[in-house]
Amino acid sequence: MNRELNLPSYLDQSAVVRARFQRIRERELILEVRKLGKRYAGAQGAVEALRDISFSIHRREFVCVIGPSGCGKSTLVRILAGLERPSAGEVLLDGKAVAGPGPDRGMVFQGYSLFPWLTVKKNVMFGPEMNGYGKSEAERDALMWLDLVGLSRFANAYPHELSGGMRQRVAIARALINQPRILLMDEPFGALDAQTRAKMQMHLLEVWKNVDVTVVFITHDLDEAIYLADRILVLKAHPGEVQELIEVPVPRPRQPAQSLSAEFLATKARLEELIHPAPPPEAEEERAIKPHMIRFTNVADNVE
Amino acid sequence: MGVIFKWLADGGQGARRRVLLGVGSFLLPLLAWCLVSYVPFIWHSKVLITDPGDVDYFQVDMRVDRSMFRDEVSNMEKTHQAPPVGTPANPIYLPAPGAVAHAFYKDFVHPSPYTDTPSLPASLWHSIKIIFWGFLISSLIGVPLGILSGTYPAFGRLSEPFIEFFRYLPAPAFGALAVAILGIFDGPKIAIIVIGTLFQQVLIIANTTRKLEATLVEAARTLGTKRLRLLTRVVVPGILPDLYRDQRILLGWAWTYLIVAELIGTSSGITWFITQQARYQHFADVYAAIITIGIVGFGTDWVLARIARRLFPWDRGLIHA
Ligand SMILES: Nc1ncnc2c1ncn2[C@@H]1O[C@H](COP(=O)(O)OP(=O)(O)OP(=O)(O)O)[C@@H](O)[C@H]1O
Ligand SMILES: [Mg+2]
Repeated sequence: MNRELNLPSYLDQSAVVRARFQRIRERELILEVRKLGKRYAGAQGAVEALRDISFSIHRREFVCVIGPSGCGKSTLVRILAGLERPSAGEVLLDGKAVAGPGPDRGMVFQGYSLFPWLTVKKNVMFGPEMNGYGKSEAERDALMWLDLVGLSRFANAYPHELSGGMRQRVAIARALINQPRILLMDEPFGALDAQTRAKMQMHLLEVWKNVDVTVVFITHDLDEAIYLADRILVLKAHPGEVQELIEVPVPRPRQPAQSLSAEFLATKARLEELIHPAPPPEAEEERAIKPHMIRFTNVADNVE
Repeated sequence: MGVIFKWLADGGQGARRRVLLGVGSFLLPLLAWCLVSYVPFIWHSKVLITDPGDVDYFQVDMRVDRSMFRDEVSNMEKTHQAPPVGTPANPIYLPAPGAVAHAFYKDFVHPSPYTDTPSLPASLWHSIKIIFWGFLISSLIGVPLGILSGTYPAFGRLSEPFIEFFRYLPAPAFGALAVAILGIFDGPKIAIIVIGTLFQQVLIIANTTRKLEATLVEAARTLGTKRLRLLTRVVVPGILPDLYRDQRILLGWAWTYLIVAELIGTSSGITWFITQQARYQHFADVYAAIITIGIVGFGTDWVLARIARRLFPWDRGLIHA
């Protein structure tokens, strides 16, 4: 359908956008991923989750990772966080190899993962306390970050008293208070309703604009990826490999209304092409399902 | 009838109904007991002799089978002697609720001053002390061991198979051994409670620990938490409400080991009270003692549940339980 609209190529960039990417490229490299591979020893033989992944990210870039389910997005981000060891290749952060989790890489999980036994404020204070800051300093910082995500009023609430969107704001504050070089987010808004989600996307961009942090954001929502990202890393499944690293031609600052712009639609068309290629021939058992419709209603009782 | 069934089917909701049903679950057995005890034509398989008449082997306050009583009445009438007189009664081992209530009152308000017939409060206190020490010792070993087994897979694999095996050895089987090692007084009794509780405790708590959401530990690691701090700042607080619940259940199990434990060596505590009273056929006192155990156990658990609400304000399981 997009073809009928006669879209420009997603590779066409306006002068402003091109200049912006030029500026990004001039910034120092913060993350380098080299020939990364990951195999899991599963019950039915080894699973190759990732193969030969290489890319690099500049400081304060916003990179989204998309790909079909099971292509290894979570595995990739967990390796970046240091929660998982790669089977091959290496990850360099500021030129130093990553060997385990650390406060220089913050992470936000889909399931919030707030500590249920701590109040919102204590959750945010957790990082500084673990990294040797005094209680009063940690508390002062926590209140500042809660203010930044707009949750000062809920400082003394417990996580279970908050809505999903509010919990994710706490999780973001908790990760950012450590002033990480990189913020890793694994489908952070996946569990939120559409409206909350849109609000959180805007909020995240706002935070990113004001904080010196680089974002790696996993999603399977194409619109979300285009709306947020400078570049989109597209993976393919079985094994997970890099398909393309797309520079999003949509200019900043981003607005929800841009989702109807030509650049946006062109990028989306390209992503659709990469992620949902022409449907493979129907599987045997799929063809075997042949519904036989019987009318259970009165002939006069039509709904269409 | 239909109304009652409808009420029961969609009942159980709402605080008032819940209380009502809870009270009912105690009242129903009590009602059955009252019916059997106070309605003369329900059961009452014995006759309590009030006047033996001319039957030479009958005595006042003797309980005889109903058929035997009937035979003797017709025998006496045939030989024109005085027939015995009596009232329908239950066997001696089923005292009426009133008698038990009276025994309960008497045992607590006017306990026996003699040392050979133990008093109920003193016996109970002794039993509570045994439970306390047994459970404390078991927990001091079992809780850390369980948490370690649940947190570190290697540690779990090293300890759990043996514990799993030991769990099947019945605790009372160690009675003679415990006496040989620890003497005849409180030592072996505490040991039986420990043996009965400890092994279950390690396995249950290890399981609870393993159920902690893995992402909580991972989140803590990405925030810079390392080694021992993960245990003290994440694992322990994370499992605390469930650990507390486990401990409540395990405390209940410790009580079930009490009676066997107290029979080992010199009998003591509430068990001694019960066996002594049974020997004198004071069955009302036996029931009073058994019910006391129930009240103490149930009461402790209720208090512990209340305390938990204060201790763990974030725990949803408790808010709705
Ligand atoms: N711990 C594990 N052990 C064995 N196999 C695993 C493990 N974790 C992931 N895998 C496998 O690796 C592959 C990639 O998993 P991963 O969770 O990274 O995918 P994903 O892209 O995040 O998927 P989704 O979109 O569903 O979140 C899958 O085939 C999965 O079955
Ligand atoms: Mg995933």
